[in-house]
Amino acid sequence: MTHYEPVIGLEVHAQIHTASKMFCRCPVVEDTGDLEPNTYVCPVCTAMPGTLPVINRRAVELTIMTGLALNCEILPVSRFARKSYFYPDLPKGYQISQHGLPLARDGYLEIDTENGPRRVRIDNVHLEEDTGKLFHVGNVSLVDFNRAGVPLIEIVTKPDMRSAEEVRAFAVKLREILVYLGVNSGDMEKGVMRFEASVSVRPVGSDELMPRHEIKNLNSFRALARAVAYEIEQQIKTLESGGRVTQETMGWDDARGVTYTQRTKEYAHDYRYFPEPDLPPLEVSREWVESLRRQLPELPDARRARFRAEYGLGDFETELLVADRAVADYFETAVGLGKVSPKTLANWITGDLFRLMKETRRGIDEIPVSPEGLVDLIRRVEEGTVNLNTGREILEEMVATGKEARQIIEEKGLAQISDEVALREIIEQVLDQHPAQVEQYLGGKTQVAGWLMGQVMKATRGRANPQLVRSLLTEALEARREAR
Amino acid sequence: MRLTREEVDHIAELAKLALTEEEKERFAEQLSAVLEYAARLQELDTEAIPPTATVLPLRNVMRPDEPRPPTPREDILANAPAAEEGCFLVQAVWGVEPEPEVEP
Ligand SMILES: [Zn+2]
Repeated sequence: MTHYEPVIGLEVHAQIHTASKMFCRCPVVEDTGDLEPNTYVCPVCTAMPGTLPVINRRAVELTIMTGLALNCEILPVSRFARKSYFYPDLPKGYQISQHGLPLARDGYLEIDTENGPRRVRIDNVHLEEDTGKLFHVGNVSLVDFNRAGVPLIEIVTKPDMRSAEEVRAFAVKLREILVYLGVNSGDMEKGVMRFEASVSVRPVGSDELMPRHEIKNLNSFRALARAVAYEIEQQIKTLESGGRVTQETMGWDDARGVTYTQRTKEYAHDYRYFPEPDLPPLEVSREWVESLRRQLPELPDARRARFRAEYGLGDFETELLVADRAVADYFETAVGLGKVSPKTLANWITGDLFRLMKETRRGIDEIPVSPEGLVDLIRRVEEGTVNLNTGREILEEMVATGKEARQIIEEKGLAQISDEVALREIIEQVLDQHPAQVEQYLGGKTQVAGWLMGQVMKATRGRANPQLVRSLLTEALEARREAR
Repeated sequence: MRLTREEVDHIAELAKLALTEEEKERFAEQLSAVLEYAARLQELDTEAIPPTATVLPLRNVMRPDEPRPPTPREDILANAPAAEEGCFLVQAVWGVEPEPEVEP
């Protein structure tokens, strides 16, 4: 029986989060779904005759930085090109893209696979503009150009991936890097990243180029991985039953979990690229590249290694902290205050804070608890002002109200009772209320002490310092033995 | 090289320009003159000249990433042949969305 090997390449489109569009000064606004159509447009991004594009420098810089982060060569001369196709979401009848001379090419991204790390080669990284949006109503379509002209970065890989899992790992890692670079918000639900996968299968050992299926418009990691897995399975079935796979453009039906042949002429393959006459070439000097390299933030892999070495954290908590740049920054700010150990902070953040963020559906930069506020709370637990359980309740209150720990402790009277006189009084009351249990204890059933301890904690609404209660309770019981 | 009336009509249609009869005559003359000039350029021997995409000395023409207020929607839509609900209105595209088709 023949064994088959999938061959998969990816094209990733990600919006670049600049303040203004790629070739005009219209603001780039977040697509919240309820934006009024055509309220962020101008003559340039709606392709009025006589208008001219001007390149947004920041978009170029972020693309070069992405190229550097993906270990690419940055081309000394780069150029924009017109990619012609006719679809009403494209007002000019062509998209300004790059062809032949992209900003960056020949890089790689290393991913973890079940067979160890593997390099996925990057063919090129280039810059282009997004299209508008169409709404189909009966036999007409409505066009909204708010998104038209938003800068898009396109990352094209070589066909180096061999399974749906590898494709997913690549996409997840790429998203992480784009978020770290500040290129993209990573907010997949808002459509800021889109994938196209090209999938073929061939007999293991062969390096023949097989006809591929290109699956368009995959907007989530889940859809991407499912569509690729489905295609691999279908193509192997076709080949095993003696059929042939033909080159095709496919869509993905997420509800039914199947790919389907796209019959639209939307994706004509002859784009008649030619150099954009309205945009002079870009000369990217070594100095410019080096100054951008210096602006690169620490990338996720380097940060992971450092978190393990510098803070002594394990793989699992490191992964949880580093996956989101805002969380990793929060953690490091908190560690930097020098009052709480990294390990303790990691526990609080990946435990209670993550749970509360999830419950309130907020990111770490959206909750009203600052790193200083969290450290202050943990110190109060460590110093014994409040016990651990109370501390966790206070954190919940802090997330809900934005109040400081000190204020909540005062308002609710949560401070741990470490006043010996007060505790002795409470213990005596509890012992008086439960003479039977006291008798049992004095009769040798010492485990009853635990139950009595629970009664004391209950009487103090959990605020008593447990170590102190334990020793004072033993003292009080022994005093009763002597008094008999 | 003389453009025919049909060719001018066709170009005007592609460019979405509504031209009067008198304009069509005039532009036929002018476009023909442009094409004749281009035809003369084609006679040049360019064997030893490397191809280029630009003859201007300009490089790195860029602007800072600073937004400006967009154009009011009514001004933009004033140029649309048809508009509805704040959008440009166009003919539906190739029978709208393709019907998903399950592969056997
Ligand atoms: Zn604009």
